[in-house]
Amino acid sequence: MRHSRRWLVIGTALLFSVHGSLAAQSGDTLVHVGKGAPSPSAATIADALRQVARHGQVLVHAGVYAESTLVILKPVRITGKPGAILDGQGARGLVIVNSDSVELRGLTFRNTGSSHTDDRAAVRIFESIACVVAQNRFESTFFALHLQRVDGCIVRENTMQGLAGSQSTTGNGVHVWSSRNVQVEHNTITGHRDGIYFEFSRQASARQNVVTESLRYGLHFMFSDSCAYESNRFVANRSGVAVMYAKHVRIADNLFSDARNSASYGLLLKEINDSQIVGNDFLNNTIAVHLEGANRNHVSGNRFEANGWAMRLLADAQENQIRDNSFFRNVFDLSTNSQSHFSTVRGNYWDRYRGYDLDRDGVGDVPHAPVRLFALVVERAPAALLLVRSAVADALDLLERIAPTLTPATLLDQAPRMRATVRAPSAQLVPARRSNERAP
Amino acid sequence: MLILAVLRAQVAELSRNRWVLSYTVLLAVLTEALYQLSGSAPRALSGLLNVVLLLVPLVITVFGVVYWHTSREFTELLLAQPLPRRALWCGLYLGLTIPLVLAYAVGITLPLLLHRELTAAIAPLLAMYLLVGTALTLCFAAIALWIGATQDDRLKALGLALGIWFAATVLYDGLVVWFATVYSDWPLEKPMLALMFANPVDLARTVLMLQLDSAALMGYTGAVLANVLGGYRGALATITALALWILLPALAAGRSFVKKDF
Repeated sequence: MRHSRRWLVIGTALLFSVHGSLAAQSGDTLVHVGKGAPSPSAATIADALRQVARHGQVLVHAGVYAESTLVILKPVRITGKPGAILDGQGARGLVIVNSDSVELRGLTFRNTGSSHTDDRAAVRIFESIACVVAQNRFESTFFALHLQRVDGCIVRENTMQGLAGSQSTTGNGVHVWSSRNVQVEHNTITGHRDGIYFEFSRQASARQNVVTESLRYGLHFMFSDSCAYESNRFVANRSGVAVMYAKHVRIADNLFSDARNSASYGLLLKEINDSQIVGNDFLNNTIAVHLEGANRNHVSGNRFEANGWAMRLLADAQENQIRDNSFFRNVFDLSTNSQSHFSTVRGNYWDRYRGYDLDRDGVGDVPHAPVRLFALVVERAPAALLLVRSAVADALDLLERIAPTLTPATLLDQAPRMRATVRAPSAQLVPARRSNERAP
Repeated sequence: MLILAVLRAQVAELSRNRWVLSYTVLLAVLTEALYQLSGSAPRALSGLLNVVLLLVPLVITVFGVVYWHTSREFTELLLAQPLPRRALWCGLYLGLTIPLVLAYAVGITLPLLLHRELTAAIAPLLAMYLLVGTALTLCFAAIALWIGATQDDRLKALGLALGIWFAATVLYDGLVVWFATVYSDWPLEKPMLALMFANPVDLARTVLMLQLDSAALMGYTGAVLANVLGGYRGALATITALALWILLPALAAGRSFVKKDF
């Protein structure tokens, strides 16, 4: 019912815009909104939108605007002065955009309330090209930003604060569905269901975002090929980050930390193929990286520190290259569920390595077996985890190191590094760096 | 008053005992070495885990049994006096345990104190180590006195002490791992927890581990574990269990001492 009413609103507005398009040619290029604003001015944003010319600007002065949902059907810039607030009064979405070249900047969107029947969003943009949503604040919104079939949109420097509560009473921060070339950059996203969500999208990128305390995933994408996720920080999201069913993805220089929960993953890779996972930091996660059915990926130059499991490489993950990573103080560096496996693990630094380097070439002379026997025991019998710090577990590991019988014989690092390649042990929350700052 | 007199005599004697002093020095040296190797107090304490869990029960049971036999003549002399046996036993027990607890506390705290690492950040962890070490000392000292009271043969007593230590620290865990692997298809969280509570060394380790490796533990077994052991209720359960692990051996030992025909 609510759906149909909204489409009716949009439909009516469409009609009006077609009708008014001739008049719009002569509209004002700048319309002010708000009390005491200089002329030409309008009392409400909706009026201003009718009044403004195509590609014109609506300048919203400080004040709380609790209008009915704004429908934008022509190219326009809406800019908020400090203190310009659009309030949904807990009952509705705030802006619906179905036009190319719409820009929303400097506004505060708040109080959409939650909805179980529709994906209510503070700002919904659909079937548009080249939209810009920048420097806005989203406070207590269900979905903050909902993009649907858009191309070339830019989302940057926004601050998004979700409703918190439970998974079902909050929506996603940035939700991108079936879109192309969307750039999500420098946003701060807290307390949403999924911080950033991509589905059926291509050539999208997420850079330098900070996503924390999501109720589900910090970053969640599915069926989204050829996307890049770089220099983001995903911290303390309830289920970490899960990415699925995509290929040619680049995940670089991000920080994944504090995904500590049952079924929580720093980065879960399910059926991710031909992708790069490079130069990331994994800190304090229950399971830092979990590869399941993920093939031909390059996992290199990452740093794993103080995780429960640094990496779980299941037997159905094949032909992955695990190289030049550094492992520090993890309870288990590597774990697998099978005797046989089909990935290459080589040239990593393991703080557990007890070998030597007689020829001083920086590479250990004896191979390193990164799978602790006790990791296999735990894989078979998770309850044995209670004994992970017992003398028996140490004894089993020692025996296995002397005479390997159970750990996968092929899962050896033939050229373990004597020194970490990445960085010195870090403090908490290192800011993610650009790839060109990294030492070779 | 009599019990205090016995206690004071024992404490005074044991505090000068070179074995107790060596125990302190050993713990201090190990803590210092781990601190130097790992470079930070929390990591040193983390490395100290198995030292505490293996060394403390070993030293306490063996030393307790030896102590019983060396001070046997003194005990018999005291028994000749008009003293209630129960009071005498309490004096012996506390006289044995107080210096050992102090030795332990000084041994692991002193190196950290000297390095000015006694900060608020490690206080909860250190407090846990002190609590757990004290509980293990009290528990295994009671077991040692029980062995003493029931085994007159010095060699047999020593053998029994070593056997109990080995069973509690190594054998038991081996069996538990075997059990967990064999019955891995069953939901094992609760039986495993019961097994952890049924051995003071495992209980001690579980309590300490929650302070150390919680990242790993919050994995799949984590939910049950966190529910049972986490928070206020968990602290109550573990402290009660540790108290029972002191009380039961102490009662058993006291009983066999009272009933013993010297």
